Amino acid sequence: MNRITAGRRHPLARYAVLLLALGLVGGFYTLLAPSSERADAAIASGRADDVAEGKKLFQQSCSSCHGLNAEGTAQGPTLVGVGAAAVDFQVSSGRMPLANPGAQAPRKPPAPWVNADTVRQLSAYIQSLGGGPTVPTDEQVDPAKGDKARGGELFRANCIQCHNFVGAGGALTQGKYAPPLHEASPKQIYEAMITGPQAMPVFNDSIITPDEKRDMIAYIVGVREEPNPGGAGLGRIGPVTEGLVAWIAGISLLVLAAIWITAKKRQAHQ
Amino acid sequence: MSTGNVPKPIASTSSFLDDRLGAGNFLKRNLRKIFPDHWSFLLGEIALYSFIILLLTGTFLTFFFKPSMSHVAYEGSYEPLKGVMMSEAYASALGISFDVRGGLLMRQMHHWAALLFVAGMMVHALRVFFTGAYRKPRELNWLIGVGLLTLALLEGLTGYSLPDDLLSGAGLRITEGVAISLPLVGTWITFFLFGGEYPGEDVISRFYSLHILLIPGILLGLISAHMILMWVQKHTQMPGKGRTNTNVVGAPFYPAFMAKAGAYFMFTFGVIALLGTFAQINPIWLFGPYTPADISAGSQPDFYMGFLEGSLRLMPAWEINFLGFTLPLSVLIPALVPMGVIMTGLALYPFVEQWVTGDRSEHHVADRPRNNPHRTSIGMSAITFYGVLWLLGANDEIASIFHVSLNWTTYIGRVLIFLGPLVTYVITYRICLGLQRSDAAVIGHGVESGVIKRLPHGEYIEVHVPPNEAIEAHVRGKAAVPMIAGTETDEDGIPPKGMRGPLGRLRAKMSRAYGGEKVALDEGHGHGHDEHAAVGPGKDDKSLTR
Repeated sequence: MNRITAGRRHPLARYAVLLLALGLVGGFYTLLAPSSERADAAIASGRADDVAEGKKLFQQSCSSCHGLNAEGTAQGPTLVGVGAAAVDFQVSSGRMPLANPGAQAPRKPPAPWVNADTVRQLSAYIQSLGGGPTVPTDEQVDPAKGDKARGGELFRANCIQCHNFVGAGGALTQGKYAPPLHEASPKQIYEAMITGPQAMPVFNDSIITPDEKRDMIAYIVGVREEPNPGGAGLGRIGPVTEGLVAWIAGISLLVLAAIWITAKKRQAHQ
Repeated sequence: MSTGNVPKPIASTSSFLDDRLGAGNFLKRNLRKIFPDHWSFLLGEIALYSFIILLLTGTFLTFFFKPSMSHVAYEGSYEPLKGVMMSEAYASALGISFDVRGGLLMRQMHHWAALLFVAGMMVHALRVFFTGAYRKPRELNWLIGVGLLTLALLEGLTGYSLPDDLLSGAGLRITEGVAISLPLVGTWITFFLFGGEYPGEDVISRFYSLHILLIPGILLGLISAHMILMWVQKHTQMPGKGRTNTNVVGAPFYPAFMAKAGAYFMFTFGVIALLGTFAQINPIWLFGPYTPADISAGSQPDFYMGFLEGSLRLMPAWEINFLGFTLPLSVLIPALVPMGVIMTGLALYPFVEQWVTGDRSEHHVADRPRNNPHRTSIGMSAITFYGVLWLLGANDEIASIFHVSLNWTTYIGRVLIFLGPLVTYVITYRICLGLQRSDAAVIGHGVESGVIKRLPHGEYIEVHVPPNEAIEAHVRGKAAVPMIAGTETDEDGIPPKGMRGPLGRLRAKMSRAYGGEKVALDEGHGHGHDEHAAVGPGKDDKSLTR
């Protein structure tokens, strides 16, 4: 039995081997794995090309459904020609990446990697594939610059049949729905109109001009921020909640009152 | 006798009035009128007091409302509608909401009072139905009640159409759709109602006359008749100690019942004021002015019209095309059939019941619902039928709030509308019989005393004691549901006279099923331990029976 063999049999040898193996795996991983730190550094210094970075992001987070080159698969449609506005709308509202397939992609908190820069890069990549509607400027979506009254008329004529008169949303067929507009940012409202996400039709600039779109945004944002002068808003969905309140609060209170009043019986001899 | 103590100004004034109006005699007779005491007897008063509040707030609203459909540009203080073209009616309703002091509160109280008016009528009607208080001699008062309910729906429809907002316009459009789908006369009726092509210029002012003059006038008259008949026929009472068909046990109108009724008015007024203050109702400024081209998702009518909305949503798109004429069954059936089933059913029920039971006697003691199981089951089935329609009227809100498919709510509703009432019937019937058995057990066995007794051979039993006197009298107030005597065939197999022919045989069969005693009160005897009935409320047990 030489020294090496004796060393192999040492009680601590197995721990030494385990440590060595872990160290090697860790070391190789650090060398080979894509470094997000370095990517962040590149974004911060502004050196990285938006399209190239966008393509990387796309291949990481979107390509499993939309295909490696956004050509579309059985799971997801092609994104060629949808434009930057569609990307900005879907990703910033958390609808994409999709958590699980269903009748409709719900609004949810955006993925952890989503921020203004990554959305810009991803949008630049999709825009580079085949054009399409672009992201509106801040001025185009500024509610303060719109005419609420005119916007209200346009909103009632074009939107409320699905989104309800205060934008509370509504049901569509087979589990699809028009989402409530309470959380949508002015930019997202604008983008939804020009890209027509999911079940929504496209309202392009020849149907509703950019000025009119801004008026509608002014109305939607103005009404949802407006207080309810009559008390609790009851969800602002009209007679359904009002009827519930009339029965549950009104009739219940009055029945309790009736029980209370008649519980006091005349005491003849006490 | 005691007039000597009354101060002269009061004594002389009252004798002046008494000599000319006969007031003293009238008051003496009526102030001592006895009213039975039960919480459910106050439910109708919700409707009565809401009606008074409706008259008061409604009068306030007429001071500022302009029932005109002429077009104006809005110049009031609600900014998101500034400069928008709208009818004068809508503009003035906005004016009441934003520019008249206290106007919004009055509008909201008026609307909440309207909801409670109809809801109060409904719960009152259900109480009367389930206790059989519509039986002879009160059938006519029941019919007046059914008329009141129908008129209240019409009053509500004309009322919420008046502000001419987008939501009420949807209801108006359905009204037009129903009118125009009537065979032969539809077109004429529609043009007559709207004064030309829909929406025309006349419908608001016409609805206004109906809403503030004609229908409330009839309502007021019918309510007075309803009250007078109730007063003259006396109120029914729940079964109980010393209560018979020939007396009324309760408190006199003055002072006891008057105080209770006055307090209940205050409660109703308080609840309506609370709702009007803290819960926003019908925010017409959010809906926008009515334009026939616009419609909103989630358009619903007020709750009392919800069952009609639901039936319209449930109905498959059927229509008959024949010789160039179209009969739109998809509109006619949902508009007329459920309403017809419910209102006609309500109106005819007392008479159908009499026909089935052959009962022509007077009833002043109310039934407990369990003691007439078929009636209770029929009532619960009707509630289920109505309830499914009502629920389906809001199927889009249900679909969007609970994230279920809109289509499936409709499919399920189409099954439930037939299956639901049947299942409810069977379940209610079984529950009624179960409750009757439990009553029989109380009479036969007594109630559990909480005392555990060990018998000499080691068995433990719980001592039962006879129920308290009031409870026993209440339970023993049960009478068998009347049925036609002698419906059986004689020895030659010939049914008795009047029971021949298909209708007669049906009547005999229904009478046997509907009438009779399902569970006799004495059935509780005979099984169990002798000890149960043996322990009486003797002196020793006083502490146990409390």
